[in-house]
Amino acid sequence: MADTARDAPPEQTDFHELEDGEELFPEPATTQESQPASLAAEDISTNSNGPKQDSLFDDDPEDLFAEATEEVSLDSPERDVLLSDGPSPAITPITPPTSVITPRIGHTHDDMFTHSSFDEIEEEEGGDSFDIHISVSDPEKVGDGMNAYMAYKVTTKTSMSLFKRSEFAVKRRFSDFLGLHSKLASKYLHIGYIVPPAPEKSIVGMTKVKVGKEDQSSNEFVEKRRSALERYLMRTVKHPILLKDPDVLQFLESSELPRAVSTQALSSAGLLRMVNKAADAVNKMTIKMNESDAWFEEKQQHFENLDVQLRKLHTSVESLVCHRKELSVNTAQFAKSAAMLGNSEDHTALSRALSQLAEVEEKIDQLHQDQANADFYLFSELLGDYVRLLTAVKGVFDHRMKTWQKWQDSQMLLQKKREAEAKLQFTNKPDKLQQAKDEIKELEGKVQQGERDFEQISKTIRKEVSRFEKERVKDFKTIIIKYLESLVQTQQQVNKNISYIFHYN
Amino acid sequence: SAVLNVDLQTDAMLQVDISDALSERDKVKFTVHTKSTLPNFKQNEFSVVRQHEEFIWLHDSFVENEEYAGYIIPPAPPRPDFDASREKLQKLGEGEGSMTKEEFTKMKQELEAEYLAIFKKTVAMHEVFLCRVAAHPVLRKDLNFHVFLEYNQDLSVRGKNKKEKLEDFFKNVVKSADGVLVAGVKDVDDFFEHEKTFLLEYHNRVKDASAKSDRMIRSHKNAADDINRIASSLYTLGTQDSTDLCKFFLKVSELFEKTRKIEARIAADEDLKLADLLKYYLRESQAAKDLLYRRSRALVDYENANKALDKARAKNRDVLQAETSQQLCCHKFEKISESAKQELIDFKTRRVAAFRKNLVELAELELKHAKGNLQLLQGCLGILKGNT
Repeated sequence: MADTARDAPPEQTDFHELEDGEELFPEPATTQESQPASLAAEDISTNSNGPKQDSLFDDDPEDLFAEATEEVSLDSPERDVLLSDGPSPAITPITPPTSVITPRIGHTHDDMFTHSSFDEIEEEEGGDSFDIHISVSDPEKVGDGMNAYMAYKVTTKTSMSLFKRSEFAVKRRFSDFLGLHSKLASKYLHIGYIVPPAPEKSIVGMTKVKVGKEDQSSNEFVEKRRSALERYLMRTVKHPILLKDPDVLQFLESSELPRAVSTQALSSAGLLRMVNKAADAVNKMTIKMNESDAWFEEKQQHFENLDVQLRKLHTSVESLVCHRKELSVNTAQFAKSAAMLGNSEDHTALSRALSQLAEVEEKIDQLHQDQANADFYLFSELLGDYVRLLTAVKGVFDHRMKTWQKWQDSQMLLQKKREAEAKLQFTNKPDKLQQAKDEIKELEGKVQQGERDFEQISKTIRKEVSRFEKERVKDFKTIIIKYLESLVQTQQQVNKNISYIFHYN
Repeated sequence: SAVLNVDLQTDAMLQVDISDALSERDKVKFTVHTKSTLPNFKQNEFSVVRQHEEFIWLHDSFVENEEYAGYIIPPAPPRPDFDASREKLQKLGEGEGSMTKEEFTKMKQELEAEYLAIFKKTVAMHEVFLCRVAAHPVLRKDLNFHVFLEYNQDLSVRGKNKKEKLEDFFKNVVKSADGVLVAGVKDVDDFFEHEKTFLLEYHNRVKDASAKSDRMIRSHKNAADDINRIASSLYTLGTQDSTDLCKFFLKVSELFEKTRKIEARIAADEDLKLADLLKYYLRESQAAKDLLYRRSRALVDYENANKALDKARAKNRDVLQAETSQQLCCHKFEKISESAKQELIDFKTRRVAAFRKNLVELAELELKHAKGNLQLLQGCLGILKGNT
């Protein structure tokens, strides 16, 4: 190896000049700063592909998310009930053999839904305060080959009298969720209720799982879906009307559920739905409504703008997730390369320094990976959910227009019939005259109903939009804060690692 | 960053730096500024304007000079390459209609900053080359170097014509074939045997590390760009929103604007202190390998001359000629070996010093940025939490 006689510069190389005993990374002063979550520590130690240096992470046992919930929520008695539930263990590994990833998300319970927004809504339904929590967990593959499917455990915890028990669980598959949504949509959308959309189908993703590929990407797919299903259910039950719907109750409570057949991706029902959607789109363009109420026009414009911006933001965040994952991979590769370089360097101190650099980079690459997951599960999925929700919102506005159209059509028809009747007055056809009078009576009823329907849907939409906007504000605030907290956490860990370069000797 | 070189024997000082540079359409003009007490020069301080090709000419003249066979020739600076940056600026100009005025201004500023960074880098690399030459006890005395520094007119060193380029190509091919030869024969001298093994492996690993660090830095820049776009979107959302959220969005947008700048700075620092360092030592280790190769060639020539002498003595023909030839080869080989040994020791010294300086500076900068980032994040978080 290296002949030390040849090391011309004296061996006081290294980083002595830096290590004055002076702490380069000052101890965090306030409680806000010292919040490395126990979750993160747990995660890094199981996932780190670097040497285990547990001394690096002085774990603050304080749960980051609990503290966040406290600070974000508004003052309300219901809050205490929910918080006393406590944040449940964050990560539910996938049941089929090896859990390849355990993303550091902790969202299964400590997400945007751990506080109530209901107390603000003028609720005629007295009685229970809103206290219900749903989790989707334990994905399990049932069956084999192309007929296989994922079964998820849906657990409900509640104190509401609406339910027979306070804690219960059922097994559901993806098509069950779609079936639920389908029923709710057909019942409530056309009268103006914003029914939360179900998670999207993915033929590619699901096929990989069915075929039995137990790799990282199929595990990620299952986790993504599980999380989406959970958010879907929580959004649905947060709606005071939907919560009480018998289909929802049956979905949550009954152990056996008739298989929802019409939700198959390429079923005839599915095709029919697609055709109807297209027809609707065409109709929408041709309806010119006399908007007497500026509120609706303003709101529609608002949602239109919001939609455009959220889609744009969503795309950027997705890009960030992708690039951060790349950064993680590239950092890991660089770490290996730096280690190799350190090995071949024949100056001992420099060799050691390069190895240290390699070690630090290896830890940092794991942090990048974790952050990418947070980027995705917190930020990106929220945006995706809202892009889909806005479709539902725009849908109810469209239904209002259709309702208006129907009313107008009835009115026009009535008008025609009246004109016809007037003409008949001058002919000698008593039967026809009577028939016309009967038809007119019927139509008058229809017109009145049409007007009532229109007024009702308008009223419902106003309420729904108000509720939706409140939810939106809460959701975004909560998630943004959680996201920033994840960034703080990652940054703290990165800082720890960098400062280690100076102390390592 | 000039290097002051004091020649203790003759008490002559030679200081070279690039005091200015101008980027024109497809070339860069460097103003090479010299301060010297060497008697060779007419004045003590003077400047000339040089272009990249003239640097290459100077470098190649060293390589081709048999007298310098025993030295590590400072690697030539890479050609200034603004193509990518120019292309981006052009694309931006074309897409001006499709983005808001703010977005356009922001992107333009960034691209201009990028252009400036590349420009600064190419100046630095050309300067480092000159400083290395000025620091070398033998090369600094080279006549071509002095002409380069002092001659006020264009050196008329046009880019190599096609024939010469082909010749170069073949020269390199032969060298690498011989490279295999060099690698195979075990050296009698332990020092050189070790250096050979070391350099071959080291060079490859530096190459790998250089490529990987480039990729890592590329990803960093991409992420910073994404954060930039996110900041813009959040800003628009903030201005459009009539609810409580507007303050939120605006605050977070502001935060991401700032953190994005820091991320971009981190990538830039990594580029300067790590990527460039690795690239430079990739070139220098190649120059060191070239030195070993030249020494091996000289050894082969010496051995051949020995064999020729034996043959001549055996046949008792042209003995004197063979003896002279053998002595020349021996002398050449020993001269190269002696200076090569010192050169390789100096190479290690320089390398260790450069790595140490850069890695420490990089770590300090990263820590500074990291702390800054953390402060921004925590500050914003505090405000947002307080406001809900």
